[in-house]
Amino acid sequence: MAPFILRRLFISFFVLLGATFIVYVLVANAGDPRSALVESADPGKATKIASMTRNLSLDVPVIPRYFAWLGGALGCLIGKCDLGNTSTGASVISGLSVAVGATLRLVVFALLIAVVVGVSVGIVTALRQYSGLDYSVTFLAFLFFSLPVFWIAVLMKQFLAIKFNDWLRAPTIPPWAILVLAVFLGLLAAGVVGGNRRRRLAAFAGAGIAVALILIYLSVTDWFAEPGIRPAIMIVMSAITAVLSTALFAGFRSRTVLYATMVTAAVGVICYFTLDSILADPTVLLILGLLVVALLVSAAIGAAMGGLYRSQAIKACMLTGFGCAGLVFAAQLLAAVPAYSAKVNGVVIATIGATTPNFSGNFWETTLDQLGHLILPTIAIVLISIASYTRYTRSSMLEVMNADYIRTARAKGLTERTVIVRHGFRNALIPITTLVAIDVGGLIGGAIVTETVFGWSGMGKYFNDALKIPDPNAVMGFFLITGTAIVLFNMIADIAYGFLDPRIRLS
Amino acid sequence: MSTEEKASAEDRAAAAEGSATSSTAAQGLTIVARTQGQLVRRRFLRHRAAMISLTILVLVILLAYTSIGFAGIPGWWIWNYYTPAKVVNKGAPTLSLWPTFLGGEGFAIGVHPFGQDDLGRDYFALTMRGAQISIMIAFVVGIVSTVIGVTIGALSGYYRGWVESGLMRFTDVMITIPILVIAAVLGQRFGGAGPIVLAVVIGLVVWTGLARIIRGEFLSLREKEFVEAARALGAKPKRIIFRHILPNTVGVITVAATLAIASAILLESALSYLGFGVRAPDTSLGLLVSTYQNAFTTRPWLFWWPGLFIITIALTVNFIGDGLRDAFDPRQNRVRA
Repeated sequence: MAPFILRRLFISFFVLLGATFIVYVLVANAGDPRSALVESADPGKATKIASMTRNLSLDVPVIPRYFAWLGGALGCLIGKCDLGNTSTGASVISGLSVAVGATLRLVVFALLIAVVVGVSVGIVTALRQYSGLDYSVTFLAFLFFSLPVFWIAVLMKQFLAIKFNDWLRAPTIPPWAILVLAVFLGLLAAGVVGGNRRRRLAAFAGAGIAVALILIYLSVTDWFAEPGIRPAIMIVMSAITAVLSTALFAGFRSRTVLYATMVTAAVGVICYFTLDSILADPTVLLILGLLVVALLVSAAIGAAMGGLYRSQAIKACMLTGFGCAGLVFAAQLLAAVPAYSAKVNGVVIATIGATTPNFSGNFWETTLDQLGHLILPTIAIVLISIASYTRYTRSSMLEVMNADYIRTARAKGLTERTVIVRHGFRNALIPITTLVAIDVGGLIGGAIVTETVFGWSGMGKYFNDALKIPDPNAVMGFFLITGTAIVLFNMIADIAYGFLDPRIRLS
Repeated sequence: MSTEEKASAEDRAAAAEGSATSSTAAQGLTIVARTQGQLVRRRFLRHRAAMISLTILVLVILLAYTSIGFAGIPGWWIWNYYTPAKVVNKGAPTLSLWPTFLGGEGFAIGVHPFGQDDLGRDYFALTMRGAQISIMIAFVVGIVSTVIGVTIGALSGYYRGWVESGLMRFTDVMITIPILVIAAVLGQRFGGAGPIVLAVVIGLVVWTGLARIIRGEFLSLREKEFVEAARALGAKPKRIIFRHILPNTVGVITVAATLAIASAILLESALSYLGFGVRAPDTSLGLLVSTYQNAFTTRPWLFWWPGLFIITIALTVNFIGDGLRDAFDPRQNRVRA
């Protein structure tokens, strides 16, 4: 493996070197950054032109200028980074470090959601191939694939933010909306469950009625005006989490795992009632610490109660613990919504920027503020990238489920759950890993259009602004980071593939 | 004679035999032999989503190019996209599709079916002009990137050795530079030179994926027996590449080219949106959305129409690509809806 990595690194270095040269020459020839100043009527423009010339070394020809820049950039390898100044004299490195942080906050979250949702949807459609659900999801995937981000972004600003915020002032759900949602989710449930007509009808009715009841409850109790996870909801939701994690990791053939996850959920509910004072105004560190503690305790419960199914029980309990911790966190967060909403005049879902300017509040309120700003750009990125994950997972899963070893697994009498999760799903995930790794590399460059639409000051906007000038130093700083990320993550994708699939030999 | 041709000759012979035994058709036992091309065409024609998409796409293209005319040839639509006129009724669209018996105004096209922009220009004509430019750019990008991608992929896959490592490292360099970066830089430089130049520039950037796919195909095909046979008969590389290997990659190329067209539509609109693509006074669908995005609350039609056309074109091309992929896939026995 080591020689492979070394050779890849060596080649990648020269690939990157060539790419920086091309980009530098292109940007340097894209236009004169001083042209806007030359045309302006500003009396002090001579000094401004002079300072911009000095900042960007515009008096030096392009090729020597590239090598001067390269010298500074190569210093990064020995810890003396110098990426030059932007046209206004600001340091490129400091500007970039702010932008990278903003982009990571946006992208990591969106990518996680896209992968989880996309992969699950892909698997369900593969298992229900050629059903109504499959066709609908395929159509939606193609539709999302064909959506221009900036177009859907304007629609989302209007309907998910402005209209939703207005609605929150008097949050009653009209009967037609309840009916439509219930029918839609009922159909979805029927499609996911599949099977014969009776089974699907039962799923449709069950899910539809449940959704209608929940919505009526939310509407009648004015839940959206004062959202929160009430004790009854908490108990029901943690029980559901326990059952689902058991179903995913172990199934119900043996009850021990179910008992273990139920105990974990019970501990979670106890935490929900007792942790209020600690969680009044916590720090990020405390939250993360509590999460780790929760996971350790869950693992311990699983190990103690798992018996013969210890490893499955540990995994299922940890998932349950994670879910319950999330519920406790959400409960605290939602409790802070009314106070937050009052502070920002009801603009709970923001349409632009990363935070409300001059906003101050406790931990929960600032978190809500950040989340409110994250929602729209995250949905935009998720919508666009979810399509490819769904399609890839579907085709990969179909290929795996038709393989001989799946027939063998079925023939030796394994339950369908074991066949799908342990034999099918794990192998279907291998190609997805590559896709995710490559996507991570690409997304660090920022979703240029998304960031521009939502006024998010990340890498994409940094690049876009720099290119408008055009400012070679700033563009090169952007490219150095994104290019390195792409090269590195492509390499990680290859290594991960070889690691996950022993049939592939890296050489 | 390529394998495909050989196969088709054999199939014709088998088909002749098949027709002789057509008396068994009553029991549903006849097996009609079909050539590879016939199979592909049949599977594609039976792909419902692809056929619907193809129809819609052809209609959209016809609408865009005949309505306001193209390259000096006049169209049938009364307005053009550049003459300002008096703004009627705040420029609201006059198109109505809601029938009278449901309480609507009945089917009517009116004077300005898509409304007017702030200068009073007819928005239908403007949208059609945008669609013309976007479609043209997408097809030019598709052709340019396919030609480059196939050439580079074929050369590196067939010759291997230093040709391959050189070309593939070059491809790596191009992949490392994000598409939007290089297209934006070049668009900044050449965007003012007109949409065709812009299209060629984008095409010069987006061929990388195709080159890798074609190289993979060539790597596996060049080891096949029929290539070895051709080489043993003394065929020159040029003949082997063009007569023996390339015809076998037609499926992959067609699918990749179609999908390249679909992504080019979106790339062009994104570039125009960011201001690096088509410039005024000419227009494209992306530029129209970008210009009127702030008018959404007051005059939503200025925003809806170009967006709907982008989605329609991209969606139909994607579905056609999907249909082609299924049609060319030899493992595909069941015809999907």
